[in-house]
Amino acid sequence: MSVVNQSEYKGLWVFIEQGDGNPARVSLELLGAGRSLADKLGVQVTALLIGEGVSEIAQELIYFGADTVIIADDSVAKDYRTEVYTDIIVEQALKDRPEILLIGATCIGRDLAPRIAVRLNTGCTADCTELDIDNETGLMVATKPYFGRNLMADITCPVHRPQMVTVRPGVMELKAQDRERKGELICVDVKVKEEDTRVKVIKTVSSVPDGVPLEEADKVVAGGMGVGDAQGFETLRELAGLLGAQLGATSLPVDEGWISEDYKIGQTGKTIKPILYIGCGVSGAIQHSAGMINSECIIAINTDPKADIFNFADYGIVGDVNKIVPALIDQLKALKG
Amino acid sequence: MMDIVVCIKQVPETNEIGWDPKTGTLIREGVPGILNRNDKNALEAALQLREQHGGLITALSMGPAQADESLREALSMGIDKAILLCDSVFAGADTLSTAYALSLAVNKIMRFDLILCGKETSDGMTAQVAPQIAEFLNLPQLTGATEIAIENKSVRIKQKLEYSFRVVEAFFPAVITVERGINQPRIPPMDSIMEAYRDKEVQVWGAGDLGGDSARYGLKGSPTQSRNIYTKQVKKGKVTILEGEPDEVAGKLIQTLKLKGLL
Repeated sequence: MSVVNQSEYKGLWVFIEQGDGNPARVSLELLGAGRSLADKLGVQVTALLIGEGVSEIAQELIYFGADTVIIADDSVAKDYRTEVYTDIIVEQALKDRPEILLIGATCIGRDLAPRIAVRLNTGCTADCTELDIDNETGLMVATKPYFGRNLMADITCPVHRPQMVTVRPGVMELKAQDRERKGELICVDVKVKEEDTRVKVIKTVSSVPDGVPLEEADKVVAGGMGVGDAQGFETLRELAGLLGAQLGATSLPVDEGWISEDYKIGQTGKTIKPILYIGCGVSGAIQHSAGMINSECIIAINTDPKADIFNFADYGIVGDVNKIVPALIDQLKALKG
Repeated sequence: MMDIVVCIKQVPETNEIGWDPKTGTLIREGVPGILNRNDKNALEAALQLREQHGGLITALSMGPAQADESLREALSMGIDKAILLCDSVFAGADTLSTAYALSLAVNKIMRFDLILCGKETSDGMTAQVAPQIAEFLNLPQLTGATEIAIENKSVRIKQKLEYSFRVVEAFFPAVITVERGINQPRIPPMDSIMEAYRDKEVQVWGAGDLGGDSARYGLKGSPTQSRNIYTKQVKKGKVTILEGEPDEVAGKLIQTLKLKGLL
């Protein structure tokens, strides 16, 4: 598949990540985004559903925008394993020749996509934040943060097929279901045998965080270096609790060990777009702002009136987080009685 | 005994990085570089495994001549051998052609049980090269390790996923990527740094040393192309500043949230 005749490749595929009988939210977001791209190209959207006992999800994928769902249902695919899933997807891709393959940039998606790209000898653009179709060439244009600090790049894969990308969770809008949509379900045989697998999953321990995931939160209280220490984050957590918000952080406090990586928002962390974002001691550097700039109402509390965040905040307070946050907590508590 | 190859990268240190509009790639030559922070965790993990099980650790990198510095840093941490893939034909490589060159180099090193890589680099942030090396070498991959345990000829890791952990296992040889939380990388003492520069060697391999298909190297061998690189314009709204003593501004903020229906 090195130099290919591009016209032989048709259709857009979305890999559906699933667990515990539910599709990952990012996969549904990608069905919506993929639908728009496919409509521009005038092609079909195919959802690729792999696992054991996953067929029940298939109909929902049609409602979210798929025309066809390819279902590979087998005990060997019960737990995600890189090579098993690569084998299944590559075999199908060699047969059906999709021109585009979208995968969520989750831990699993980032493990899987690059491996498929090598096997199919094609390009994969990682962690994209925007996708579009170039009207002239019909190529997919993927936008991603290119250098860890301040650059964005538009990337294409002009010659090789399929054009592959991973897309960050929370970046694309989750479109509403259309329960009138009709589509086709196709079950395919899985040829991989358990005895051929090289990785064993010994056990899985779920560590579900409190409340909704950051990416899906309506309100987020985020802390930066101005928070000062780990104790400061505990105070922020209390504020978040009172506001019904999730707690988040910029990358530096995570590097300092004040708070775990699960809370990181930005280029190397999660992408959020809540209705309300309150940045506490956050300077607003691109590493962080790239992950929160689409928040609806941005409130910034920072001692430095020249901090970047005041350039894009809706409301600003120039002051010390360690005085203002406790004052907010006291007043919110008084409000709640 | 267990031999390990650690793949590392020198990344630009500065914000002010230029790019070549003709090739759409970053200009790395002459830009101050540092060892990618996440790669230090991979080096540290390798050193800890050597302390427990013995063996030889080779650090492998691809980049311009100045990437020698990052390999010296690896040597100063206690890595045994260092190899730099440096050749003008490697320039402008995307992840596919980078992984292609690195996998040929690993093949040339021959003796290894594990390949360790950091979570991702701070410049490209793709996390793709490690899985792609695994595919080129037809090896199992275990990504996102927060713990690594070796038993006989197999390796078991605790793998971090978004909302769960898994324990996964593979036989040697295998490719492993490590999370940043796996360890605290050692800081080499000054005399080790001096020794790394004075007494140690960084081998340099070019495309000729690797063999391979020259059409697959560098920009030419890269399926992805950057067509436009630009600075993201942050939206410039008009900020309303709330002023006063802490109690006062806290009150104003709560009032604002109430008015907007956010409380």
